Amino acid sequence: MSTAEASGPAAEASGPAADLTGTRLDPVRQPGYRAGPVIHWIRFLCSELSLIFLRWRNLALLAVLAAIPVLIGVALKLSASPAGGGSGQGPAFIGQVAGNGVFLALLSLTVLLTLVLPLVVAVVAGDSVAGEAGHGTLRYLLAIPAGRTRLLGIKYVAVVIFCLAACGVVTAMSLAMGAALFPVGPVTLLSGTTISLGAGLLRLVFVTLYVAGAMAALAAIGLAVSTLTEHPIGAIAAVLVLALASEVTDSVPQFAVVHPYLPTHWWLSFDALLRSPIAWPELLHGLTSFGIYVIIFGAIAWARFTTADVTS
Amino acid sequence: MSAGYRGAGQRDEISFGNLGAEPLPDKISQAAGGASPAIATSGLSKRFRGGQLAVDSIDLAVSRGCVYGFLGPNGSGKTTTIRMLLGLVQPTSGDQELLGVSMPAGANTVLSRVGSLVEGPAFYSQLSGKANLARYDAADRTADRRTAEARISAALDRVGLLSAARKHYRAYSLGMKQRLAIAAGLLGPRELLILDEPTNGLDPQGTREVRGLIREIAAGGTTVFVSSHLLAEVEQICSHVGVMRTGKLVFQGTLEQLRGRGATRILVRTAQPARAAEVLAGLGLQDVQAGQDEASAQLGEQPPEEVCAQLVHAGVPVAGLATPRPSLEDLFVQLTGEGFDVDG
Ligand SMILES: Nc1ncnc2c1ncn2[C@@H]1O[C@H](COP(=O)(O)OP(=O)(O)OP(=O)(O)O)[C@@H](O)[C@H]1O
Ligand SMILES: [Mg+2]
Repeated sequence: MSTAEASGPAAEASGPAADLTGTRLDPVRQPGYRAGPVIHWIRFLCSELSLIFLRWRNLALLAVLAAIPVLIGVALKLSASPAGGGSGQGPAFIGQVAGNGVFLALLSLTVLLTLVLPLVVAVVAGDSVAGEAGHGTLRYLLAIPAGRTRLLGIKYVAVVIFCLAACGVVTAMSLAMGAALFPVGPVTLLSGTTISLGAGLLRLVFVTLYVAGAMAALAAIGLAVSTLTEHPIGAIAAVLVLALASEVTDSVPQFAVVHPYLPTHWWLSFDALLRSPIAWPELLHGLTSFGIYVIIFGAIAWARFTTADVTS
Repeated sequence: MSAGYRGAGQRDEISFGNLGAEPLPDKISQAAGGASPAIATSGLSKRFRGGQLAVDSIDLAVSRGCVYGFLGPNGSGKTTTIRMLLGLVQPTSGDQELLGVSMPAGANTVLSRVGSLVEGPAFYSQLSGKANLARYDAADRTADRRTAEARISAALDRVGLLSAARKHYRAYSLGMKQRLAIAAGLLGPRELLILDEPTNGLDPQGTREVRGLIREIAAGGTTVFVSSHLLAEVEQICSHVGVMRTGKLVFQGTLEQLRGRGATRILVRTAQPARAAEVLAGLGLQDVQAGQDEASAQLGEQPPEEVCAQLVHAGVPVAGLATPRPSLEDLFVQLTGEGFDVDG
């Protein structure tokens, strides 16, 4: 097996292999195959999304998110009938649900934001890179090459889409339960104004998007943590601990100075959307906070991921 | 940030005097008729954060079209080198080029022409073999979605997995997993295949098939860089070898050069071994030994027929004369040391 025999001109190199697979991928000779980065980006994103959404664990998490509004709705229905929901205790919106089922969505989002939604997002975001590293699939993705920046971008976009789906599931399920168990009609906002049901539902869509934005900020933190380890469980736990620590700090008045800077501080500020007129300063504060967290932790994730040794 | 990703080039570290290695065979870089070599590194080193120097200033030269066996005992730095070549691990110092493109800076452009298998297979256990290949294909920005189906089937067919294509990966046997990993490297036409112990876990048939596959791929003009610690395997498929020992490249050249490296001995079967030994020593041969009914010595540059004539002339009854060459295994052990314990 001499070198002289084996080596051919580079042009021939891909010949027989290409014939075998019935295609040529040479970008120089076949410019048509460079269908543009967008097409390839979308294809990769779809692959990523199918991995996330066809995974039993993630589907189970979404099912939990769907089940909790049902539980809350049934519990309220059972307790509301005799007492008439007179007490002023409990989370926001709890008093309004019996009068208007639309408020079940707001109540569910409020309740789920304390633990379950962050948990679900932490699982998917913390697993995003660390899971691939732990499985060893990361080294193959990078050797393909998927491109480190591109892979990170796809991962983040896919997790954000999952956040949207998670929040959407809560809202949709709550609306269905609310409509089934309680009367539904024009919505009385927190400021006392009453708007039509259609306008109320539109506000609810914005609330859902706002909560998804909050979760996207948490997902950015999760992504950054995920690039630091090859143990997905560790990353998930770290993100959850961070979120809970932030919530605890937010509830201690002595720490009032740092409250506005906490990642969880603005999560419940979606009630700004339930006023007439909309309380823009608070809303923008919240959105700015999410944006800054996305930028900072996105940058950390990128800096880490594009330079890290992949030894898993 | 991405600028920091490139290994700091330290050209002055180039050393051709690697621990008694033969002078670098310069034909390697010329064999492909002026085309850039498939792999070229100079002074490539990796020190892990713990301080371990896993790869110590190696100068690989793999010409296009050859099958290069990358040998070395456990822990000698083969996988680490391959990880650096693929841009997974950032070199501590040194330069490297794949197919003429500087790495890791050019990773995104050049790696799509390189198929790889690094440290065993890794796939998504919840997906089928076919879906796994589709996943990796989707990540490739040069792959055409419209031909994906055909290319995946062709790759599965080549490794004999077509009938298990729809089985879940977690239900695959070790050998099936290994085959799937090879299939993943064959999804597109490749100019270079980098395979880290591709026959690990395969049954004898599988090993044979993979060897055949590598030969077939090489015959098509693809350069194959294959790491192994199975000498027999390397001997059967490789035209060139590089031998690693504790992070250093202690030999690089053709298989013939490696064989030629071994000091040939002359072995004289005779009834008068002591007398024969005297003659051999008188001829200036080194390491003369006399046994029960034979004498031997390092042959050196002496032609064996000359030695024989001298023996006969001195009246030694020569019953037999042999010039055994050391086996590849002997040479390998000479290069990499006897010990069973992992170095470092
Ligand atoms: N992530 C790491 N951190 C620290 N040291 C490492 C790391 N990976 C490998 N090493 C060390 O680098 C050296 C070379 O390891 P490598 O995996 O490259 O060996 P190898 O030649 O592939 O061995 P084998 O034949 O067993 O696969 C070993 O001593 C190992 O302990
Ligand atoms: Mg190895």
